[in-house]
Amino acid sequence: MREELLSIIEKNSRIGLNELAVLLGKSEEEVLKELESLEKEGIICGYNTLIDWEKTSIEKVTALIEVRVTPQRGQGFDKIAERIYNYPEVRSVYLISGGFDLLVILEEKSLREIANFVSDKLATLDSVLSTGTHFILKKYKDYGIILAKKSEDEREIISP
Amino acid sequence: MTKELSKKVEIIKPSGIRKFFDLVNEMKDVISLGVGEPDFDTPWHIRDEGIFALEKGRTFYTSNSGLKDLKVEISNYIKRTQNILYNPDNEIIVTVGGSEAIDIGIRALVNDSDEVIIPQPSYVSYEPCAILANAKPVIINLKAENNFRLRAQELENAITPKTKLLILPYPNNPTGAIMEREDLEKIAEVIKKYDIYVMSDEIYSELTYCAKHTSIASIAGMKERTILINGFSKAYAMTGWRLGYACAPKEIIKQMLKIHQYAIMCAPTTSQYAAVEALKNGDKDIDEMRKSYNQRRRFLINAFKEMKLECFEPFGAFYVFPCIKEFNMTSEEFATRFLEEEKVAAIPGNAFGASGEGYLRISYAYSLDNLKKAMERLKHFVEKLRAQGVK
Repeated sequence: MREELLSIIEKNSRIGLNELAVLLGKSEEEVLKELESLEKEGIICGYNTLIDWEKTSIEKVTALIEVRVTPQRGQGFDKIAERIYNYPEVRSVYLISGGFDLLVILEEKSLREIANFVSDKLATLDSVLSTGTHFILKKYKDYGIILAKKSEDEREIISP
Repeated sequence: MTKELSKKVEIIKPSGIRKFFDLVNEMKDVISLGVGEPDFDTPWHIRDEGIFALEKGRTFYTSNSGLKDLKVEISNYIKRTQNILYNPDNEIIVTVGGSEAIDIGIRALVNDSDEVIIPQPSYVSYEPCAILANAKPVIINLKAENNFRLRAQELENAITPKTKLLILPYPNNPTGAIMEREDLEKIAEVIKKYDIYVMSDEIYSELTYCAKHTSIASIAGMKERTILINGFSKAYAMTGWRLGYACAPKEIIKQMLKIHQYAIMCAPTTSQYAAVEALKNGDKDIDEMRKSYNQRRRFLINAFKEMKLECFEPFGAFYVFPCIKEFNMTSEEFATRFLEEEKVAAIPGNAFGASGEGYLRISYAYSLDNLKKAMERLKHFVEKLRAQGVK
């Protein structure tokens, strides 16, 4: 049940316990127990909402920043990653294979704020060798959901 | 024109679904539960192969029986799912949907006034296809108390010296019933005893929710008397590609191929290339879709239980078949009023044969949100009828 449960709530975290139990063909108690242990084990880390900010009047700028760093003795990349992810404006930090080391995703209200963060905070860290900043211009698909268009049911209403 | 047209065709009734369709089309904002096709799009990697085939200019005919690659993949697929060996060179034919395979399969087998046994409720085309082939349809009315499975005794009662063929439509549209191996073994005994053929329409074979589907052709002594029909529409959400196939002994395929050759030439080439990809890499798509159908199936069964509407638990296809006999109306009256008063379209059970009278076919090839809205309306309708004392 674990995998199916996770894949349902990954798409809809607002689903009620009762409905979840029906869909999985289990009792509410069983589902609740499983949910609690998933939370306790840290497998479920939060219940976020996917928002297409572009459709609001609220300004948001998202940047992907490639960061090349010198790993530190005994701690590898973890120490420097921690220094970066502790900034609340940093949404995600990934260790990446290939041409650079860390991918930092930053969300801010304006271009200037991102520029400030990169030049004042990120680039000045001792172990950071270089940064490359990419701004997101348009989101087509996020977390498996297509944002670009809503699809309609074009099937015939009735068919054998 | 005043000259008379074919009498044989004229006596065939247009599909009962069509009539309902015209009614639905006049209305706005209808929630539909009426489709017999998946709500998923064909998985992208399969569509992409179709597009690639077009880009490469693969716009020619294929051989009459289908692309060799596709026949090999079909053969592999049946080997891995049913452990039956079909020779891709002469025991498989690729058709325009399962429906063409039904038509040419019946035509290849029957002589005038041979009898074709058709268990109902079932898909709408078997009976007209039999009539068009000058055969005589013999209907078995399946029973709700048997969960709409075919019993050996029912079959034996329907057999006469003229019986040529049994149609075996499982997993079943419209009831959602399945036949398990034990059921099939008993049927197979009767078929062998009376030496008749079987057309096993397994188009919903990938959509079963308790046990894996068993083909009757996998039972000893049955392959040589079975036409196994399957296709891509339901398993891979490929209805519009129009692609199916039949597997049978080479003597039968040879005859079917002649009809196919002259009437159709070959199945659509683009679809055939896409289908190769579906069979090679589509298993996980089926798993995903099956999981999703199963959740909706549970949702509907639970919703019926809550509104105390009688319904046996179906384990196949994507239909549920609740009983509406308590309301003292025909299926058509019920479906029409449900449509007019609550704006939900579901298909009256009698569209699938007289024994579907008193039932409603509800498809769950819809999003959960859609189903939830529809069930709220059904609940409202059912409560209204009960309050009116229609009992």
